[in-house]
Amino acid sequence: MSLIESLPRIRSLRPPRADGLIQWIVPLAIVVVWQVACVSGLVPARVLPAPSDVALAGWKLLLSGELVRNIWVSFWRAGVGFVIGGGIGFAFGLMNGLSQLSNKLTDTTLQMVRNIPHLALIPLVILWFGIDESAKLFLVALGVFFPIYLNTLHGIRTVDPQLIEMGRIYGMTDGELFRRVIFPGALPSIFVGVRFALGIMWLTLIVAETIAASSGLGYMAMQAREFMQIDVVVLSILIYALLGKFADSASRVLERLTLSWHPAFQKH
Amino acid sequence: MQEALRFLLPDTEPVDRADFIERARLARRGSEVSRGLPLTIRGLRKSFGDNEVLRGIDLHIPAGQFVAIVGRSGCGKSTLLRLIAGLETIDAGTIGFGEETRPEDVRVMFQEPRLLPWARVLSNVEVGLGRDRASPDAQLRAQRALTEVGLDDKRGQWPAVLSGGQKQRVALARALVSHPRVLAFDEPLGALDALTRISMQRLLERVWRDQAFTAILVTHDVSEAVALADRVLVIENGRIAHDIDVDIPRSRQRGSADLAALEGSILRGLLQSADDPSDL
Repeated sequence: MSLIESLPRIRSLRPPRADGLIQWIVPLAIVVVWQVACVSGLVPARVLPAPSDVALAGWKLLLSGELVRNIWVSFWRAGVGFVIGGGIGFAFGLMNGLSQLSNKLTDTTLQMVRNIPHLALIPLVILWFGIDESAKLFLVALGVFFPIYLNTLHGIRTVDPQLIEMGRIYGMTDGELFRRVIFPGALPSIFVGVRFALGIMWLTLIVAETIAASSGLGYMAMQAREFMQIDVVVLSILIYALLGKFADSASRVLERLTLSWHPAFQKH
Repeated sequence: MQEALRFLLPDTEPVDRADFIERARLARRGSEVSRGLPLTIRGLRKSFGDNEVLRGIDLHIPAGQFVAIVGRSGCGKSTLLRLIAGLETIDAGTIGFGEETRPEDVRVMFQEPRLLPWARVLSNVEVGLGRDRASPDAQLRAQRALTEVGLDDKRGQWPAVLSGGQKQRVALARALVSHPRVLAFDEPLGALDALTRISMQRLLERVWRDQAFTAILVTHDVSEAVALADRVLVIENGRIAHDIDVDIPRSRQRGSADLAALEGSILRGLLQSADDPSDL
């Protein structure tokens, strides 16, 4: 009955098939209302095209191959930028979490850089890299770096010291201690960082592609604006939503696979 | 596969029991048969900052003895145990174990089970093997230790689904799996409910008799101390204030007059010192 009662089911994150469908009811309802509003003339087509028109525009772009090419380019930029920025952030998080010296040396600098909104660097990045791929990769990597760095660091710092003491008593070497105690202990926090980073990844990429690109979804939307193709603009926005959802689902699956020990991820 | 292994494990409980009572009897005489190590502490001191926690402890524990250390909180009993286990550095004095000891010879069990939540019960027990973790019979040894504490059927579980008493039994199996010669308990039953405590006390006594290690139990529960130990040490103000032999034959009847009388006299001593204004 109460909210509390439904908590275990939410926490299980392993919804039965029916629950998996429930989450799509609201998006579907929105589309239906949207379609009705457009067809009935409540919303003029130049403000918002009907979903059917958007789908049609998508179908045309799909046939011309433009859609797939642009999605692929964006996807590639997001992935490569994420791997570079996330990898460096993870490495710094590990180093600063495990070594006091490294932490003293670099943490203050990183915290200072963190407070610069990375999108404010776009003018500078364009001057440095022009509008080629490296500009977008740089921005995505920079945006992704901080959530992963901070959460990896936090995860390592908050590993239960009693477990570390236990590991030492039982003669674990530093490597074993890391592999068996510190890394698994930090993993839930690292995943929080990954999910934050995925959000920032899309955000950064959309902005970067909208401002300075000659391919990709953001470019597709900007170009469509030039030609007043509002259906393509809306299509791009919807694709972003779907890609964001896809990235989030992927990280959840990964979480469930690696955190099966965690009470929050166990079947009830 | 698992069924087959369980079948292979000898169901040795009744045979063993007679055998370990015999071994424990020998152990308490301090003869060479005991697997336990004797423990000699001389002039042990430890301070944390300005606070001198241990002010000169001299103590000899014969091999295989079960010693309980009681005292009010903050008296230094846990510090003494942590020094014995090598978890803190010694300021002054010595702790000797009779002969050369390997790290596996001294094990500690804490109030918290300290299980790795991301490792299944069996691999948690394997952690206790120390450097022998990689040996091919590691799994078999861990399974034997789990059988000994009666949790063989839980080997594939995550620690999160176990009850407090079961977690503590896994921690005990992890401490036992390397066959330690000294086992130190730091309030191991402090967080358990009354009934679980009693069954855990029986289990501790049984494994101690079985494996004949030297046992050092730090507890605030005097009834637990007199029920389990051969000898009760009372620590006050960083020194051993009383050293009491418990001459009550095993198996001891919980709630018997002998135990109650002894418990009463130790408690009175503790309370008297608590009322001493110079202490506050």
